[in-house]
Amino acid sequence: MTTLIQTISRWAIPLLLLAITTWGISQKVAIYESFVEGAKEGWQTSLRLLPYLIGMLVAIRVFQHSGALERLITLLNPLTDWLGFPREVLPLALMRPISGSGSLALLTQILETYGPDSFFGYLAATLMGSTETSLYVLTVYAGSIGLKRTRHTLITSLIADIAGFLAAFYVVLRLFA
Amino acid sequence: MINYIWFFMILAGVITAASKGEINLVTEGILKGSEQAVLVAAGLIGIVSFWSGMMKIAQDAGLITALSRLMGPIARRLFPQVPPDHPAMGALLLSMSANFLGLGNACTPLGLKAMSHLQELNKDSETASDAMCTFMIITASSLTVIPSTIIALRSAYGSLNPTEIIGPIAITTSCSTLAAIAVDRILRHFK
Repeated sequence: MTTLIQTISRWAIPLLLLAITTWGISQKVAIYESFVEGAKEGWQTSLRLLPYLIGMLVAIRVFQHSGALERLITLLNPLTDWLGFPREVLPLALMRPISGSGSLALLTQILETYGPDSFFGYLAATLMGSTETSLYVLTVYAGSIGLKRTRHTLITSLIADIAGFLAAFYVVLRLFA
Repeated sequence: MINYIWFFMILAGVITAASKGEINLVTEGILKGSEQAVLVAAGLIGIVSFWSGMMKIAQDAGLITALSRLMGPIARRLFPQVPPDHPAMGALLLSMSANFLGLGNACTPLGLKAMSHLQELNKDSETASDAMCTFMIITASSLTVIPSTIIALRSAYGSLNPTEIIGPIAITTSCSTLAAIAVDRILRHFK
């Protein structure tokens, strides 16, 4: 099963590449010209989102690097203890929406310390796999087209993340505890 | 809201660093953050261009229209404001499919492509449209059904059954995505 899934994920992109070009050729599309035409936009898109990324990543780095994130976790411990949510996994839950690489590092640490088949291991992996780096997605998506007002997207994403964390906790508790 | 969160991160960072007597941490954070932003944006240039090119082929070959017709019913429910035969619909579907399959570095480029098509339909180019909000919120809530990175990690750390995690992740990700859609439906009516 593991190897099957890993094979699928290794093959998916190459097959997609082959499928699109094959379909294009069979429809008599000038695929190379089409490709170049489309690829022109990538440059502009990436440059447009740079200021958004700088603003967001600087704030996140300052927040993390100064130790403010750790302090926030300590402050939240009483609340999560009351909910029964393990302290060991709380840093991951807080890091998840703001930093993809940061949360991956935390997940790795948990898997290493407690093992992948432990309760913490299951909870951390479920959390990580079922949520996204919301803040990054919103910054990059809105930035790429120069949106200034993103309305209710941020608050909704944070609510969805919290729903995801609670669901992960409940599901893992029911299945593996 | 984004303004307050941004300010909160900066304020908390400066206060914490000052209280620890290590104010230089703030300066280091600024340097590292801006450097990382440039690296991320530069890294995106190539791959976004590549998938934009592939999307253009798919569009010219009518593949996107075919996909829209196939998955139309669900998509029309989620994005009633987007005409079914508009390129935006195809881009939305492709991007969501890539997320579903956990296609890693194809997801963001396809998502950005969808955003730029949605912008063509947007009346006020500086304010997110309803369709954009729904799309960003769904993507940010994660749609992944095949979490290949996590399975690989579990396997690397000696799990007896690395794929066992697919079930809980599928249930959890459905919960968070449904919550996202529901809250979006409610909050979009408030200014």
